[in-house]
Formats: sequence, structure tokens, C-alpha cells
Amino acid sequence: MALPTYASPLERVWHYTYLVICGLIFFFLIAPIIVIIPLSFNAEPYFTFTEKMRSFDPDGYSLRWYNNLLTFGMTSADGPRDGRWWADAWANAKWVQAAKNSIIIGFFSTLLATVLGTLAALGLSRPEMPFRRPIMAILISPMIVPLIITATGMFFFYSNPCELLGLFGLPSNCGRLAGTYLGVILAHATLGIPFVIITVTATLVGFDQSLNRAAASLGANPRTTFFRITMPLILPGVISGALFAFVTSFDEVVAVLFIAGPEQQTIPRQMWNGIREQISPAILAVATLLVLFSIALLTTVELLRRRSERIRGLTPQ
Amino acid sequence: MVNSSDPQVATTPVAAAEGRLTTADGKPLAWSLARSQARAKRRAFLLVLPLLAFILITFVVPIGQMLQRSFYNAGFPANMPEISQWFADHPRGADPDDAAWTALANDLQASAEARTIGVVGTRINYDVPGTRSLFTSTGRKVRRGIEPPYREALLEMDEDWGDPRIWSAMREASKPVTGNFYLAAVDRTRADDGSIEQVEPRQRIYVMLFMRTFWLSLLITGLTFLLGFPVAHLLATLPMRKSNLLMILVLLPFWTSLLVRTTSWMVLLQQQGVVNDILVWLGVIGGSQRLQMIYNQTGTIIAMTHILLPFMILPLYSVMRTINPSYVRAARSLGATSWTAFRRIYFPQTLPGLGAGALLVFILAVGYYITPALVGGSSGQLISNMIAMHMTDTLNWSMAAALAALLLASVLILYWLYDRLVGVDNLKLG
Amino acid sequence: MRTALILSTMLVGFGLAATAQEVNVVSWGGAYERSQVEAYNKPFTEKTGIKVNMIAADNPATPLKAQVEANNVTGDVFDIEVSDAIRLCDEGALVEIDPADLPPAPDGTPAIEDFIDSALQDCAVANIFWGTVIAYDTTKFEGEAPSMAADFFDLEKFPGKRGLPKTPKRTLYLALIADGVPADEIYDRLGSEEGVNQAFDKLDTIKDSVVWWEAGAQPVQLLADGEVTMATGYNGRFFDAMVGEGKPFEIIWDGQYMDLDMFAIPKGSPNPEAAMEYLKFATSTEQLAEQAKYIAYGPARKSSAGLVGLYQDGETEMGPHMPTNPEYLETAVMDDPEFWADHDAELTERFNSWLAGS
Repeated sequence: MALPTYASPLERVWHYTYLVICGLIFFFLIAPIIVIIPLSFNAEPYFTFTEKMRSFDPDGYSLRWYNNLLTFGMTSADGPRDGRWWADAWANAKWVQAAKNSIIIGFFSTLLATVLGTLAALGLSRPEMPFRRPIMAILISPMIVPLIITATGMFFFYSNPCELLGLFGLPSNCGRLAGTYLGVILAHATLGIPFVIITVTATLVGFDQSLNRAAASLGANPRTTFFRITMPLILPGVISGALFAFVTSFDEVVAVLFIAGPEQQTIPRQMWNGIREQISPAILAVATLLVLFSIALLTTVELLRRRSERIRGLTPQ
Repeated sequence: MVNSSDPQVATTPVAAAEGRLTTADGKPLAWSLARSQARAKRRAFLLVLPLLAFILITFVVPIGQMLQRSFYNAGFPANMPEISQWFADHPRGADPDDAAWTALANDLQASAEARTIGVVGTRINYDVPGTRSLFTSTGRKVRRGIEPPYREALLEMDEDWGDPRIWSAMREASKPVTGNFYLAAVDRTRADDGSIEQVEPRQRIYVMLFMRTFWLSLLITGLTFLLGFPVAHLLATLPMRKSNLLMILVLLPFWTSLLVRTTSWMVLLQQQGVVNDILVWLGVIGGSQRLQMIYNQTGTIIAMTHILLPFMILPLYSVMRTINPSYVRAARSLGATSWTAFRRIYFPQTLPGLGAGALLVFILAVGYYITPALVGGSSGQLISNMIAMHMTDTLNWSMAAALAALLLASVLILYWLYDRLVGVDNLKLG
Repeated sequence: MRTALILSTMLVGFGLAATAQEVNVVSWGGAYERSQVEAYNKPFTEKTGIKVNMIAADNPATPLKAQVEANNVTGDVFDIEVSDAIRLCDEGALVEIDPADLPPAPDGTPAIEDFIDSALQDCAVANIFWGTVIAYDTTKFEGEAPSMAADFFDLEKFPGKRGLPKTPKRTLYLALIADGVPADEIYDRLGSEEGVNQAFDKLDTIKDSVVWWEAGAQPVQLLADGEVTMATGYNGRFFDAMVGEGKPFEIIWDGQYMDLDMFAIPKGSPNPEAAMEYLKFATSTEQLAEQAKYIAYGPARKSSAGLVGLYQDGETEMGPHMPTNPEYLETAVMDDPEFWADHDAELTERFNSWLAGS
């Protein structure tokens, strides 16, 4: 933002003050996320920069909290690091379990949310779609309704999903979804769907429907049209929607608190425990890994967005 | 799709003879169009249907089912059937007769045997605090045996059984459908004569908590506006390449786990944390006067402002991008000062983005749970935390449902407003 | 979508198959959980091949009740307080346990005689005695150190924040003790309106300086971080920080609140047989004594007492750190399970209103 040539001295002063203020706000945004990274290498169990850390003494830094992530929960953590040790870590270490659960739950809920969400977005962006706005409002609502309300509703429903069938004279007990992987996956898919809808419909806004008609008039059947024409064009939007859905699941703790059983402890659930109980720098080590993970995701989404804008001809360059 | 032909339908020469427009196969064009449009509609709807069904089943129905608990609680009539029947047969104001006392004693005995007396006592305790023990202790005594006359026997066990408030509460509880939980959620209760009155001052908390939730959400919305506006403006006016680079600083927090950001603030704000260390080091405060910035409202406000700030910046930015800078230049060339040009020309054009951002931030803030639970101490707790407490600690699920219903209603009103003003389809992420 | 459903169904099936030989134990987390892992879980898995999953809760009685009421029980064994064991048993949430099924002492004394009084309830078996005590950071007070419960409320003489649990059960008694009520009159006083008011009035005097905690590991953390200068907490956790990690804390044994922890099994638990097996194993003489090697809690069996010796470091005598030390019992408030079974709900309600009102 360049200053106009006719700016008065006062305006110049204001302009530079303004830049400083913006700098401070950017600092406020980013500093809390950055500051935990060096702290996770603290050799002492404190949350502040020790004397040694400030003088960049190598003794002030260590990887012990990262090591801690691996060994916490293992049956015998002290032995030599051979095949058995790693097998033990893989099977018993709590953070490893949590990571496995987060990935499994994240993957399947993303798959479900993306497939259902993309189909619906295709329908919603057709001009003929009836009741477009109210339906859209319902589909987006899982993002708007406070999570605690969603989670409590799910808590009762997933404890006995067939309760309402009793009203129609059908069997009103069919096992439960709470405490199962399927339950958590369904819950997370529900929470991820609004993000898929939003990103995919946004991609479809610039989508030229006549391309489909052109394909059809050239003899392509709807299937071919979809996979050869529509899909490649909306794919960037679908992928970023999927990433959003994955992050939603990967970061979700309230629904997990209410409906997950002991086998479905995810990373956020484990963090929640850690933060409330004993916030050792091991939590900061996890946090650092998660920040790196989000940087990777953010980069992917940005690249996709640009690619999508380029192939749809939205950006001039 | 428009010219797809259906060989099974006979051509309609009549239409052609009358000179109306027809398709190649001779059907009236209007009819054919309507048909194909109906089909297109159906197809579009079929694409949406699986998801709509999914959301209805896994989201809308569960919430509805949960909210049903706010006005339906059968804990008392299910376990105390005889006395409930007596209440149904006798109008309010009828003094308990021998039949009533017998029914009560029978129910207490049966309930104590079936180990459901705790449920009954808990239900009455919701209406008259401090009475759960009346039921459980009487239940233990009744289990050892009770002889008629029941009135005297029960009064002997605990004279509180003569208290009209207990009888009034039992009468209220004997009907499974009740509005009492909503009354309690706004700090009201039913007096002995059935009229509605405020609860004792030291029991009034929910109205205060709702006010606090709305007030803090408003404050946080204001703060995100103050911090978000200059940044969004800068991003919108910088050349694309620079602004894309700076945008990362906004998007990274947005993509970072909520728990990570909350943890960071705990680390930064605690007494032996980074911020206090820096303040002491700078000499702003003495080593012994470290500031309490966390486990109270301050902690909630700071952390939530940080977490919700991107939700303000992004919509503001996307609106500001579209504002043509020549309007402001024109105003300046017509003699407006830069402040006037900003106030009269630029700012009004940002209002759609501001409205979208403010509503979104406010809606999200009102329902926040995790962050206040971790950094809020007791003065930074919001209504969501109270709902969670009734869900997991006191297990007063009807109360949790009533509070949830009130919270949900206010969020839905705001959501409706958002849809009217901004349109849900204009929601953008990153 | 179909593939996703099939895959996730497979996943669930796989998950269930893998959990056939498991038992889920819900306990209090932190140092206490670690001691149970060492003393009970590892030898149990070694002996039976059954895998033990530990789940941490602030107070396992609350998820237990919620799980039973929602008909959604995921835990098998819960570590709960006596008052909760009685209350939940009253409400039909727990499986009844026959003392004859429990293993006898090594000398053949039947379990029913080996366990101390009130350690065997209809639906629960005690494992340890534990105390809620005041601890302070010795580096924070130059000159006179605090020594009695009343000092906890003296912000002038002993400045700094205080850590207190967010529950009436372990705060109201302390306020009364500090106000001069003798330990044996606490429950009479708490049973009356005036007594409760008195306790809240006393708490009001420090309310603005209190950091409330919910999980047992938090008071230790608050002290270690310098967030508070004095906190009440479970004695074993402070012991772990003092002896295990060398933190500069000191415990004030005046006015400790002594309670029993019990193992109970909810109705409808997923692995009832494994749960019962675990319960019997964990409450045996050797295992109870073994736990005292890792944390300063007193075993609930008479026959275990003789086996308690040194801390795992091999040099610290456990005796002086045990809440059951006769010297500490003189001013101790013993838990009254019946009182709390009846009054917990009411006092919690009032406590929460008091807490929320600023």
C-alpha cells in the first residue's frame, strides 16, 4: 500500500503508525504459535525460557519431551531400542495409539464427508435445485450449532440409535454407536460436512454449466461427463474441502469426550488429558508436531486454491 | 437432456395442427420443457438427498431428542406410580388424605427395594434443593419396615414429610411433561400456590451466566473487529504477492489445532510464563507482582480473541478486495480529508464484510466450550460450561437440555439473521 | 459411501475382535495411575494375559453414573470413593460383590476379616486410604512457615494464591476446621444451614485468591509452576513430587481429610469376568502392599501393612508419609460416606452457585 504523493506530513506519520499497529497485530496472531516450538526443546520441565536457553547453551535444549511422547505408556521403556522395543512402542505407547486413532477416524470421516458433501454440492449448485437456501442452511448448521449441544445430542442418540424406531413399533434396541469407531467416524463426518459443502460450492460458482452440455452434445454419457469434465475442474475444491474435513476431525475433542470409548482416544483427547492434568513440555512437543502438520496442510490448500483459480481462469496471471 | 426423446409416448399431431411450438418429436414445447425441468429438479434433489438424510439422522434428530428432555422427565411418575395417580385424581390444594400417605409409603418402599429411590430424590431435589437426602434416608428406613398409620410413621422418620413444599414439588414432578426446567434455567421457580417467582438470590446463576456469555461474546467480537479491521485493510490494499505472503500469518493460526493455541496461551500467560517473565525483565512489574492473566475472565477473553480473529479478518478481507480505490481518491480530489473519505466513503462499503465477520464471531463465541473450560478459571466460564457440567457432573440432563435449548434458540436466531443478511452460501474459508 | 461404510464396519469388527481380552479401568490419572500401572496392571497382564487400559477421570464416579444412566457403559472397573460407592449401589448402578469371592490373606485369614472396617461395601472393595492435605512451596515463605489449616486462610501472613478442589466435599470441611470447629463436629455443623453458611463465609474471605482445580495432578502442577503458594491436594501426589521429583514442597498434616478408595464394577460393563478377575487380583495382600512402594497411600488390608517398607528408590521410609500414620490421625477428619451419599448433590449445587456468582 503506497502512500499517495499528495499525503500531508501528518498523514505520513499516521501511515507509519498504522503499519506498526498492523505489525503488532500480526505478531499477536503468530507469536503464540511460534513460541511453543523452542519451548518444546526445553531441557527443564518449565514453560519459560531458562537462563541456559537464552544464552543458547546446548545443555539448555534437549529432545527428552519428544522421547517422552514415544515412551509414555510403554510396558518396558528402558530396554535397548531393538525390534521388540519399537513393537512395544507401536502397540502400547499412548501417543502412538492416539495418533493411530486420529488418523483412522480422520480418514474414514473425511471419506464419508467428502463423498456425501461433493454430491450434495453438485446438486446445490444446479440452478434447478428446489428449496436451495433452507437445505443449505440445514447442511451448514453443524458448523454453527455450539459443539457442546451437538455432542450432548449425539451422546444420547449414539447410546441407543434405534430408540426412536420404537415409536413405529420396530425393535427399539439395536446396540450402540457410542464407544465404537463407527460412532466417532459418523460424528466427525457430520462436523466436517459443512466445510466440504462450502469449499466445493465455492469452486462450482465459477463452473460453466455449458461445459457439461457441450460434453453431452458431443455424445458423452453423464458418467463420462462427470469424470472427464466436472471432476478435474472441481477437484482442487474437493481436495481442500477434504483437508478441511480432515483437520476438523483431527482437531475435534468435544464429541470425542462425549461419545468415544477408551479405545478411541485421539490426539486432541490425549492433549485434553495432558493439559488438564500435568501440562509437561511433552504437550508442547505434540503441539509443535501439530503446528508443523498444519503448516504442511496450509501449504497444500494454498497451492490447490491457486491451481483451481488458474484453471478456472479467475486469476489474471 | 432437453432433446432426449421418449419413444413410448405417442406423438401429438393435434398440437402440431393447432400451430403451437413443438419439439422435434411433436410434443408441445412447454410441456416438454416443464417435464425436463421437473426431471432436472428431481436429479438435483437426488444428489443432495443422501447428505440431507445423513445430517437429519446424525445431527438434527439427536439434537431434537436431547431437547425433548428439557420438558419431559418421567423419573418421578415411573418410580412412584401410586402417588402420581393420587395427584392426578386430586386437584391442587387438596390436603393429602390417608390414601395419599398410603400411596406414598408403598411407592417409597417399592422404589427403595428397586434401588431407584435416588432417582426419585434427585428429581425432587431439582425443584426443592436440599431434599434428596429426605428420600434416600427415608428409603433406607422404609426398607427396614414400615407399619400403618403411614402418615405418623413417615413424619416420625422425618418431619419434612409434612412440608407443603415437598408435596407441591411432588405434584409438579408427577406429570412427566413440565416447563419447570425452563423456569429454572431463567432462575425462576414455582411457589407453593403454583405461581412463578424468582429463586433465592444466592441460587440465581443462569441469567447471570447468559448475560456474561453474551457480554463476553460481544466484547470479543468488538476486539476482533478492532484488531481485524486494520489487518484486513492492509492485506486488501497491498499488491497480491505481498498480501498472499502476509495472509499466511492469518491462515496459519486458523489451521492450527484449537488445543494447541489454547495451550500456547496457557504457557504464555501463566504467572511463571513468558509474558510475565518479559514484563519482569523489562521492569514493568516487580518479580513479586506477577499478573494473574489466566484462569479468569482475562484468560478467556485473550485466548478467544486470538482464536476467533481469523473469522473476522477473512470476510472483511474478501469484501475489501472488491472495493474500488478510485472512490476514495475521488473523494480526496473533491476536498475530503483522509478521515472524512475513510468515514463517509470507504467504511460504509466494508459493512457487508463487517456484518458477516461480526455475526460469525459472535455465533461461535456464544457456544464456546473448550477454551473457557481450560483457561477460564471460575469467572471465565460460559453457559456452555454449565451445560457440560450438568451433563457430566450433576447429571441433571433435563436442566442441561433446557439451557441448551435457550442457547440454541439464540444461536439459531443469529444464524437466521446471518442467512438473511449475508447468505450461508457466501460463507468463505481461507 | 458404501465402501466407506463397509471399510469402517470392518474396522469396528476388527476393533471388537482385538478387545476380547481387555479390561478398562477408570482411575484418577497422574501419579496415582502410574502407581496402579506398576503395582496392579503390569503383574496382572503378566499373570493372565489380559490387557489393561487405564482411563483417567477427575473423579471416576461421574463418568460411571453417566455411563450407567445413558446405558452406555464403556469402563469395567472404576476407582471411586466410599460415599459414591454407597450412593451408586443405592441407585442400582453397581454389581454386588460377595466378600467370600475375594482372596484370603497369605496366612489364610478370610478377606472379610482381613479388610479394615468399612473397606468392604455391598458393591465395592477398598484398596487404599488417602488423605487430602495442605501443601506449600517452602521457597515462597521466608521466616515463619505455615503449620495449621487456619494458615491456609491467612492471606496477610502467608501471601499468594491458593489452590482448592472444585468440589464442596474437600473445601467446606477445611473452612470449618480453619474457623476453629473441632474435627469430630464437622458433620454436625455441615448438616445445618448455619454450618454451611459459616463454611461459605469463611471461603468468601479467600475466594478472589483461589485457583480451582479438578484433576488430582493439577494442585501439584499449580505449586510447581508458582501459580499458587499453597494448595490442598491428595497426599500421594505431593509425596510423588517431593520425594520422586525433589520439589521443595512441605505437607501440613493438620486437618487432613481421610477417605477410602474402592474398586467397583458397573452393571452392564463390557468385560465383566475380566473386571472381577482384575478386582480380586488388585485387592490382594501383595498387590496392595506393592502399591505403597510407588505412592504414599495406606493399604486397606491389615495383612498388607506389615509388607509396606521402602519407597521404590530403596531408601525412603514410607511410614512418615502415610496418611494412616497415628500422629496425623489426631486432627484428621474421617470421611462420612452416609453424610456425603445424602448431601453431596445439594451441597454441590449450592457450591456451584456460589462459585459462579462473582
